[in-house]
Amino acid sequence: MQYAAPQTVEAAIDLLTSHEGAHVLAGGTDLLVQLRSDRVAPEVIVDIKRIDGMKSIRDDSGGFRIGAAVSAAEITEHAGLGAAWPGLVEAAGLIGSTQVQGRATIVGNLCNASPAADTTPALIAAGARIVISGPTGTREIPAEEMTTGPGRTTLAKGELVEAVRLPTRAARSGDAYLRFIPRTEMDIAVVGAGVSLSFDDAGMCQAARVALGAVAPKAVLVADAAAALIGTAIDDAALEQLAQACAAACNPIDDKRGTIEFRTQVAGVLAKRAAVAAKERAFAAQK
Amino acid sequence: MSQIHVSTTVNGDAVEFLCEPDETLLDALRDRLGLTGTKEGCGTGDCGACSVTVDGRLVCSCLVLGAEANGASVDTIEGLGQGDALHPLQRKFLEHAALQCGVCTPGFLVAAKSLLDRNPDPTETEVRYWLAGNLCRCTGYDKIVRAVIDAAADMRSQAAQS
Repeated sequence: MQYAAPQTVEAAIDLLTSHEGAHVLAGGTDLLVQLRSDRVAPEVIVDIKRIDGMKSIRDDSGGFRIGAAVSAAEITEHAGLGAAWPGLVEAAGLIGSTQVQGRATIVGNLCNASPAADTTPALIAAGARIVISGPTGTREIPAEEMTTGPGRTTLAKGELVEAVRLPTRAARSGDAYLRFIPRTEMDIAVVGAGVSLSFDDAGMCQAARVALGAVAPKAVLVADAAAALIGTAIDDAALEQLAQACAAACNPIDDKRGTIEFRTQVAGVLAKRAAVAAKERAFAAQK
Repeated sequence: MSQIHVSTTVNGDAVEFLCEPDETLLDALRDRLGLTGTKEGCGTGDCGACSVTVDGRLVCSCLVLGAEANGASVDTIEGLGQGDALHPLQRKFLEHAALQCGVCTPGFLVAAKSLLDRNPDPTETEVRYWLAGNLCRCTGYDKIVRAVIDAAADMRSQAAQS
């Protein structure tokens, strides 16, 4: 195995293209565990942290551009992100331990493609776009199109994620991410729910995005759940419709963490609570 | 496999070592630099026994490659006390009997130091969440948490006097 720390995206793409088994290293909290257990045996490891922009959170025409190697801890400490996207920030703060958050990245969370990744539903709800560079140039996709199933992404050979882009936040907007685990920390989501809402002057929801994790082979954007909220003041009837739409979108596994019935029910409960939290934040931000 | 030359700073001292491309920072610290205070527990980032800081950031050194430390500043348990003088955290761990077998202790101390550097007056809840990634199979954690809170109080009163 070789270790390379290129200084440019082009050099990283060259390495990823010219080696049969090449693996990107950012935070390493998944990769080093996989290396140790011989689940991966890359010919070359491409450490992207020395590339300009990979470790920075920048203003992006009013939104944010988060470099692919920015750690969860750097996200939870960023005041601007915390104000605009508290739901994404709380998802980043739920990953593993303090030590893991010191290294783990949200892009790694996305590309590792675990159905239970905490930041992925929050990114999808936020309407995040993923900037991907490869041998044929740069492309951008919505976060929900990044993974296709457990451990599988839509990245082609030689491609790597450069950054996550978060859109400009409209007035009266808020997001939230909640997960269910049987303990209080250091666990894998049994269900995760991300909700992002925007309201008009009259207090009616005019835009909504709802995403669920750990209830299907990949995190799912639930359009029917968003439709249940739009045009309402997030009253009890709308929340009940939201829960039903979420339950209908579930296609979970039955395992030691939770049964199919449990996950399906909890998805609706968490989505309702996340919607209420997102609404509170949307109006708290006005003060 | 050609070895990688790494120049880094460990506990304030400039050091250089050669390591394999797939060698962890934990193995480099222990086997190349002889700094065996940092322990290997699980080797998968779950137990925190190998906690060190890299550029001031608390990490599991089993999940960092030695090669990644090039140009970085690494702090380990060996840098906590000053000569024979124990750090207040070390003193309070002894006073509170916050250890039994001791294998997890360096990781707890490095992690607790990182917390107190950021937050000199943490609540019990903050201490417990910050240290959730450090596992101890002997003490049941209560004595560790009390030792950290007591050390924090000690350090605050020392800072107020100086």
